[in-house]
Amino acid sequence: MGTLVDARNIRGVYYTAGKDVVAVNDVSVKIEEGEVLGLAGESGSGKTTLGSIIALIARPPLHVEKGTLEIDGKVQELGGDAKVPRTWRGAVVSMLPQGAMNSVSPTKRIRHLVYDVMRSHDSKVSKDEALDRARERITTLGLPARVLDAYPHQLSGGMKQRTVTIISTLLNPRLLVADEPTSALDVTSQKILIEMLLEMLDKKIISGVIFVTHDLPVLRTVATNIAVMYQGKIVERGPSELMVDSPQHPYTQALMSSVLAPEPKYSKIRIEGMSSFDRSLFDAPAVIHR
Amino acid sequence: MSAIYTAEHISKTFGHGKSQVQAVKDVSFALEEGQITTIVGESGSGKSTIARMVLGLMPITSGKLVYQGNDVTNLKGRARTEYWRDVQAVFQDPFSSFNQFFTVGALLSRSMRLVGRKVGQERLEESLGYVGMDLSVLDRYPHQLSGGQRQRVMIARALMMRPKLLVADEATSMLDASLRVNILNVLTDLRNELGMTILFITHDIGQACYLADRVLVMEHGLMVEQGPTDKVIFNPEHEYTRRLLADVPKLHAALELDDLHEIVEPS
Repeated sequence: MGTLVDARNIRGVYYTAGKDVVAVNDVSVKIEEGEVLGLAGESGSGKTTLGSIIALIARPPLHVEKGTLEIDGKVQELGGDAKVPRTWRGAVVSMLPQGAMNSVSPTKRIRHLVYDVMRSHDSKVSKDEALDRARERITTLGLPARVLDAYPHQLSGGMKQRTVTIISTLLNPRLLVADEPTSALDVTSQKILIEMLLEMLDKKIISGVIFVTHDLPVLRTVATNIAVMYQGKIVERGPSELMVDSPQHPYTQALMSSVLAPEPKYSKIRIEGMSSFDRSLFDAPAVIHR
Repeated sequence: MSAIYTAEHISKTFGHGKSQVQAVKDVSFALEEGQITTIVGESGSGKSTIARMVLGLMPITSGKLVYQGNDVTNLKGRARTEYWRDVQAVFQDPFSSFNQFFTVGALLSRSMRLVGRKVGQERLEESLGYVGMDLSVLDRYPHQLSGGQRQRVMIARALMMRPKLLVADEATSMLDASLRVNILNVLTDLRNELGMTILFITHDIGQACYLADRVLVMEHGLMVEQGPTDKVIFNPEHEYTRRLLADVPKLHAALELDDLHEIVEPS
């Protein structure tokens, strides 16, 4: 298996009135073919910002000051005024933003969105072609074909999220960046969505996923590797099991220890929240597991 | 131990005719004094509807609510205001429950007026102490506080009235895991130190397990199981509770994934 994505030295800054906020500070990540990389961290750690820079959708006030993205050997400059070819968005890298399932137009049927997405990349595609492709994809992944004719409100939250996930990958992108795709779902729907993502990788519809979430138990289930972000930097990165069972960086340790699971020991003990940790400890050097 | 609050066969129906939805169907439960009771369930199971009925924010369709021996099913006017002195609430979203033009001090001084200025000042310091904040927070505006701090201010606001029953509806759902534990610890301290009765509503079984003395499980408006935490979570009897537990992603063990096509989705 070769390297799918190699993002190097990314620096993303929000230019706001008064001050510049550095959200992503010189971060490099590599994703192997077939890998799910989990990006974890608290609110404000820069995980969504990093995800959207890699998905090539950085827009003001967010500015990419430097960084390069290499996919399948093709190198794309991201910093400054670099122009990203239109064909990359959606077809090479696709983004599933947070709350995507609630941004589907409530007055249009799902098939309208499908046609819209396909047409914006291939102006010659006919309606039938676009729908056939979507129908085939939807049935392969175990959803009923009738979702195409449904209005968003006729679908449950879990179904809606699976539908937008499928639509975001209609163009067979190499990499999918999914931002908090499971956070608004209940546990059963979460599980079904995760299974679908893994099946998409299995069927080679997509070749890699960046899964951004603050939900560590979900990451343990879906991710091959986990990278933990804190204040714009990756502080620790390694295989999921290792990250969960024996985290090395003080911040990762603090994060893992504040997870509550329905296991017998949790009803007996008292866990101290992160405020009881000394924040200065978190400035420890980053740990990258091989 | 005695029950401070009982709900007897309560139901709630929304809408009329064809579009009628029964959100809560014939549910009975009791809240023991000085205990934390948690209602768990998926989205749409009716758990928040129960919270709103207990708070008297929503008329109930049928059934009876009893607080300290008094019928509080249909309170109005002054009686309801009196009831709210004893029963207070903390809601889900700490970002929309503030007036952004008011400082925290201005917000809390409104509660102060209800109890009298002298007593109010004492209670103010005391309440902020319970949630681990100092008086400097009074000059801050909501946008200067983190989500966890805002939620602690909201708990402090509820505590100003020295409520006997605190209803927390998904009070920690919008917070990061690291801040969540702090809020749950505050609630545990309130129970241990003040003997407060707490009704905590959540979709997260992990939190229920950490916090609760008793757990009630809701599914589609029905209460399918209730009992002590150890029994319901570690030895569940009902099929639904078992499924819910099996689907919770665990931190230290891989989730068992079944074949995708075996899962039947209600349409």
